Amino acid sequence: MAHELPPLPYAYNALEPYYDEQTVRLHHDKHHLAYVNGLNKAEEKMEEARSSGDYPLIQHWERQLAFHGSGNILHTLFWQSMAPNAGEEPKGELADQIEADFGDLNTFRNQFSQAAITVEGNGWAALAWSPEFQRLYIVQIENHQKQVLANAQLVMVLDMWEHAYYLKFQNRRPDWVESWWNIVNWDGASERFRLIKEHSKAVAVR
Amino acid sequence: MTHYGRTIAAIAVVAAGFAHQSMSLAQTAAAPKTEHQLAPLPYAYNALEPYYDAETVRIHHDLHHAAYVRGLNSAEEKLIEARKTGDLSAIQLWERLLAFNGSGDILHTIFFANMTPNGGGEPTGELMEQIRRDFGSYEAFRKQFTQAAVTVEASGWAVLGWSPEYRRLYIVQVLNHQNNTLMGLRPLLVLDMWEHAYYLKFQNRRPEWVESWWNIVNWPDVARRFAEARKNS
Repeated sequence: MAHELPPLPYAYNALEPYYDEQTVRLHHDKHHLAYVNGLNKAEEKMEEARSSGDYPLIQHWERQLAFHGSGNILHTLFWQSMAPNAGEEPKGELADQIEADFGDLNTFRNQFSQAAITVEGNGWAALAWSPEFQRLYIVQIENHQKQVLANAQLVMVLDMWEHAYYLKFQNRRPDWVESWWNIVNWDGASERFRLIKEHSKAVAVR
Repeated sequence: MTHYGRTIAAIAVVAAGFAHQSMSLAQTAAAPKTEHQLAPLPYAYNALEPYYDAETVRIHHDLHHAAYVRGLNSAEEKLIEARKTGDLSAIQLWERLLAFNGSGDILHTIFFANMTPNGGGEPTGELMEQIRRDFGSYEAFRKQFTQAAVTVEASGWAVLGWSPEYRRLYIVQVLNHQNNTLMGLRPLLVLDMWEHAYYLKFQNRRPEWVESWWNIVNWPDVARRFAEARKNS
């Protein structure tokens, strides 16, 4: 019943030299784990409230649920969004859709980088498919749970919390983003997008 | 955004022709992408009486919901322009307006579809089983959903959704339209707790609005969304 930390899909040093081993280790084993623990705690507290029928702290636990639950999901996808030697660009339907919605890959890349670099405080740049609007969007998520496009299906995400890059890049956010483009798992993102799109008409709100 | 203030001004000026006009504009404008359009109200303005009054339903759909659709189109146009010129200096603003208005449109579309005359009662079948599994009982679910709605800070929503990642139902307390959400959550049942949703009839009495709303919940619609979300997740 309790949520568990998904294992890192590669070795701690697999993304060197673009993403350093020490940061990957701390990021996965400590930060990601803390979100899993936070999610479990929020769920336990809500179960307690349901048992007692008393909800004095519901705002607090709703906030914790949204924060930690989203943090866990985003980090799980973040690890999947990277891989050593996983393609230099998107393939198939994802390549076509990026062209259709952003003009070309460079324009997409430029907007995604700008969205990442300008995140206020902690947050994420995310590429997402909207089942309702049938197009791709770049969204600029704050913390883990704010500025989210409702029902957006995430294709790939880039962590812009300082814990994600500070040991190696300190205040040089653009350097982190440039480094990250070298380890984007385009093969994985392309396959993920294909699956999302296959089901997207059915989950669209109408 | 000051929708309420804008609405008050707009009501006096444009009255009933407003929604019609904005839709025909959307249909005729030549744009590189299909413009988003306001989803039609799935019943008459007065269909939900006495639980949801015709005047609020009309303003809520024709003015508020329409404004989110326009805001979404505007944010997208600005982003297209920014990509063309390469000037992304205002990207934070357009990202914010995209998340706010896009989510506002989606939530309102579900909100109106989630209600029906002769609604209410309790869910049945697999949805009911899942509610019992995840919340203990229907009563416990209803109480938690009501509490989540009544205690929304300022403007927001109570949302019952299916998490494809965690394979269970959650109630989340969304702030504005785009904050405090659970990532990936598929919304199934949403209750608007912005003041524009209930103020004309209920003023400060939020619990009464929520109690009234339970009478018009369209459970078959919620069950259909649940079946589709679970099948495709």
